[in-house]
Amino acid sequence: MPSPLAKIRSLGSARNGTKVFIAQRLTGIALVPLLIWLILSITSLLYYTDFGYLSVSNWVRTPHVTVFLILTMSILFYHSFIGLREILEDYVPNHTIKIISIILVEFFIITMTVASIFAILRVALGDQ
Amino acid sequence: MAEFTLPPHSVVKKGKQVNKVEGKNVKQFKIYRWDPETGANPRIDIYEIDLDKCGPMVLDALIKIKNEIDPTLTFRRSCREGVCGSCAMNIDGTNTLACTKTIAEIKGAVKVYPLPHMDVIKDLIPDLTHFYEQYASIKPWLVTDTTQPPDREMLQSKKDRSKLDGLYECILCACCSTSCPSYWWNSERYLGPSVLLQAYRWIVDSRDENTGERLDQLEDSFRLYRCHTIMNCTNTCPKHLNPAKNISEIKKLLIERQ
Repeated sequence: MPSPLAKIRSLGSARNGTKVFIAQRLTGIALVPLLIWLILSITSLLYYTDFGYLSVSNWVRTPHVTVFLILTMSILFYHSFIGLREILEDYVPNHTIKIISIILVEFFIITMTVASIFAILRVALGDQ
Repeated sequence: MAEFTLPPHSVVKKGKQVNKVEGKNVKQFKIYRWDPETGANPRIDIYEIDLDKCGPMVLDALIKIKNEIDPTLTFRRSCREGVCGSCAMNIDGTNTLACTKTIAEIKGAVKVYPLPHMDVIKDLIPDLTHFYEQYASIKPWLVTDTTQPPDREMLQSKKDRSKLDGLYECILCACCSTSCPSYWWNSERYLGPSVLLQAYRWIVDSRDENTGERLDQLEDSFRLYRCHTIMNCTNTCPKHLNPAKNISEIKKLLIERQ
């Protein structure tokens, strides 16, 4: 039977968490202007164009729009992965289920990130 | 550990009305009772007290109940002036010290429970073994390598001493830690606001020579970073301290040394 102190010390400090903490804040800050830009852009597309395939794909083809769209999607997915992992770490009591669900969420987020970047590039660089 | 329903043996049942009192200023006290020897589920017993014949604090009422009505009621108390932290319990839905909580500020019946989400030893007494060991794990003493002269104190400037204000007043009553949802779900690994405030108290002490090692021990996604600035700790602290701010100061130091 380990003593209460031995249980608390356990395997010691993992020396992690600070980089994740910084990344969560920085991605959060970066998302404020990016999401404002995205909402304003889509609103103006809705108001000033017919919002059809041609007008939207022309907008996506604009070089700075392509760059900002890729940035928004990748930062958004990275930020949500950090948040989802925090929730799983907080609320899933079973260690094995916790680790498996974190890995599955990570795979899902990476897949979604790659898929959305691919979709943006396909519209931006593909034939009209 | 996130469990949102109580295990069957912890479900609180209806208790009994122990006494009735006639008078103009009668207050009801609904108190959590659990006796480990009977094995029965916890229950809420109801006591009545004539406030004209009782001191002003909730602890006065509890002592009156124990002395005059029901000697089996069990609770911790010692200093009766908010210095020892023994009588920490959940009163009227908030963790606080029974000795500094006035009965007058509570509307309706006074509900008294032990500190939340802790194992109960008996009635209003929680098992604080794990909490105290967590405190011991942060080495709550000065650690130095420089040999100190035996004939005088370790000096500290007034400015450095003032950094300990808002920290040294903590009496380790556990009101904050047991009000923290992160501590409820992950107390095996998360140190909790009270112990982290104490850890910061030794981190900022200018006389301590072990700051880096102390930060190393805290840099862990569970020990420290389970704090999500929920602020229940600051809200509930009966000594009006701010553990949430102290935890964010630790995080700032960890960022500073990156």
